[in-house]
Amino acid sequence: MDKQGIIKIVEKYKCDAGKLLNVLEDIQKEEGYLSEVSLKNVSSVLGIPLTKIYSVATFYSFFNLKPVGAHIVTVCMGTACHVKGAFQVLEALEDLLGVKPGETTEDGKFMLTTKDRKFTVNTARCFGACSMAPVIMVDGKIYGYVNAKKLPLILKEYGWGVKNEKDSSDRRP
Amino acid sequence: MKKIVAIEDLDNIRKIGLKKLMPDVPRAAVGLATCGIAAGGNIVYEKLKETFEKEKVDVYLTKTGCFGICHSEPIVNVRLPGKPLVLFSEVKPEDVSEIVKMVKEQSIDEQRALCKIEEWDHIIPEHPIFYGKGFNGIPLWNELPFFAYQKKLVMRNAGIINPEDIEEYIAVGGYYALFKALKEFMPDEVIEEVKRSGLRGRGGAGFPTGLKWSFARREKSDIKYIICNADEGDPGAYMNRNEMESDPHMVIEGMIIGAYAIGASEGFIYVRAEYPLAIERLSKAIADARAYGLLGENILGTGFSFDIHIARGAGAFVCGEETALIASLEGNAGRPRKRPPFPAQKGLFGKPTNINNVETWCNIAPIIQKGAEFFEKIGTEKSKGTKVFSLVGKVKRTGLVEVPLGTPLKTIVYDIGGGATNGKKVKAVQTGGPSGGCIPESLFDTPVDYERLAEAGSIMGSGGIVVMDEETCMVDTAKYFLEFAVDESCGKCTPCREGTYQMLNILKKITEGKGTRAELSLLEKTARVVKLTSLCGLGQTAPNPVLTTLKYFKEEYIEHIDEKRCPALVCRALINYFINPDACRGCTICARNCPVEAIDGKPGYVHIIDQDRCIKCGTCMEVCNFGAVVKLSGEKIETPLFPVPVKRG
Repeated sequence: MDKQGIIKIVEKYKCDAGKLLNVLEDIQKEEGYLSEVSLKNVSSVLGIPLTKIYSVATFYSFFNLKPVGAHIVTVCMGTACHVKGAFQVLEALEDLLGVKPGETTEDGKFMLTTKDRKFTVNTARCFGACSMAPVIMVDGKIYGYVNAKKLPLILKEYGWGVKNEKDSSDRRP
Repeated sequence: MKKIVAIEDLDNIRKIGLKKLMPDVPRAAVGLATCGIAAGGNIVYEKLKETFEKEKVDVYLTKTGCFGICHSEPIVNVRLPGKPLVLFSEVKPEDVSEIVKMVKEQSIDEQRALCKIEEWDHIIPEHPIFYGKGFNGIPLWNELPFFAYQKKLVMRNAGIINPEDIEEYIAVGGYYALFKALKEFMPDEVIEEVKRSGLRGRGGAGFPTGLKWSFARREKSDIKYIICNADEGDPGAYMNRNEMESDPHMVIEGMIIGAYAIGASEGFIYVRAEYPLAIERLSKAIADARAYGLLGENILGTGFSFDIHIARGAGAFVCGEETALIASLEGNAGRPRKRPPFPAQKGLFGKPTNINNVETWCNIAPIIQKGAEFFEKIGTEKSKGTKVFSLVGKVKRTGLVEVPLGTPLKTIVYDIGGGATNGKKVKAVQTGGPSGGCIPESLFDTPVDYERLAEAGSIMGSGGIVVMDEETCMVDTAKYFLEFAVDESCGKCTPCREGTYQMLNILKKITEGKGTRAELSLLEKTARVVKLTSLCGLGQTAPNPVLTTLKYFKEEYIEHIDEKRCPALVCRALINYFINPDACRGCTICARNCPVEAIDGKPGYVHIIDQDRCIKCGTCMEVCNFGAVVKLSGEKIETPLFPVPVKRG
């Protein structure tokens, strides 16, 4: 994000406490991740050393430092979801989307993106929707009582299984 | 908007609010907290709106928060003028026409209703609100087993009022406690009242709230802060989310009273980023309170000024610890520091700061409104009031349950929750999240209060109760929480950073059947060192899940070590899947679905799993329509060596 955009965000927060996290979260909301350019611009706009901003951005699991897919699928790994089989849901999801299980990015965060950049799979601690465990979230929408059979139906809402245009044009005689 | 100064101003708004709560036309409200929305409540709401408009029905359609009965969402409540409030559960879009018909014809289908509310104690000074009498075929809300043992103090308005409407909050007595505190009490008197009530911190540790306030009160400083800790990080606990989503003004009112008592001019609500709806509703509530002069300069014309800002967390469990939370608010990585100095002396930006959990703030208004004696009568000798628990896991009726402190675990799990699902047996409950422990079924007589849970080796925590049945492996549970602790340890102090990591390694080996008895005692020893020597609450409590499972379920550890067996059939390295040749119909569905092609067979022939190739994902068991796939640990069944024709008959 350029400096102009960041200045606009910063103006929303008058109070110093909590400002940096609020600003970083707003940037991520718009761009999906925090790019190197964004972090450098935040540093110069707020007058905070880049090292400190980097330390904050890597400390909190909410921030992505790498681009993400068009849709983000988050599997809740909270206790209620764990005892009701969240791990099996995660495995089934990895299987459906064809992302390699168990991979993590170099900053140690769990995040897998499909080759066509349509989906990113990650995990969260708890959404607080424990009564409907196991739950997943797609682009902010929560789905409860998820299992391997339900997953394809949910993913279809987001264009899973539909070949993209390039693929179909390839098949044209 | 006219600022509220005199009691008449408040009374006038109350009248407007009551007109919305009990209008002259029917009122229909859909439960739209996160759980209600996830269950499809917003689709029901939209469809109701559309149908009411299409059929030109004169109705006041609105939304409410969550009534706590999460397993029956979406909930729609309907009130016909002069009649009780009627709740309908599990309302699907296709049920909308039925509800519209009932509203249009002003006649309730008593068979379809879940329960009714005739009068409701919103903890108002004078009397409960009377919604109406009638509908004898519908049970009263507290006749349902789920509610029979509950006492709604914190959740006094949740699921009934519209959380986005300040006038409805005032209608049910909201901000009257603030008026009383600011106009009739000196700050010290407020603290005295809270002290006498016996209220203790609801974040888990249970420090007396009034005493905590008095520490910040006596500090001399040009500026003081208060913070609402809404970084509800315990997985399996979500009562704070609901409190903010269903009744945000209750949190705000408590905070303003606290700020007045302590002498703070600024307050922060530190909410986890995973709760966008809570953030949205709190932001609106703050703006509305400001517009009415309940926040900002010269509140209620008393000269007292105070304002609240929202700060978002970013997914770090350790930020629930108060010094880490302050570091995070200051724009740093959330790492805790040594205490003293306590936040009451040196907190946010070095100024005296008082931090309380969301639910603690929720209790303040009723205490001021009804007096310390009212509150003090609820609960046990040392644990006063009620506590909201999130009852989840393998239990029939999940949801948010508010009970007087001292209620036995068995009442919560069996009477309210209805016991385990699918006829299984409850094995234990886990309370207090990663800082708590597992309490075995044999101790379910334990009254839930701060002391008794600590005696059992667990903690109250923020209030998660996760029910575990015989299919939950306790070693795996301990491993799960240790993985959590390892991930969330901030890395500052060695015992927590290295100790939890070493403990996890041992647990991993045990769940893989590679552990030894010597390592088991090393695990226990390491747990004690981490508990005694860690810097902050995270490390000091991280060994609790291990210590309690070792205390109550040691035989399960031993079985993993000596017999290489996981009795709950969870630990993957110790289980095998087999196809029972007598039950197999040779339909090939398992072979077709196996992700690693480990199943041999053809139509009409008994299928066989190649144990060397099997990754134990359980897909075959899930897809088999004949229950022919079995999961075993430490034993096996005879299977043919190559596919043979299935037995017919």
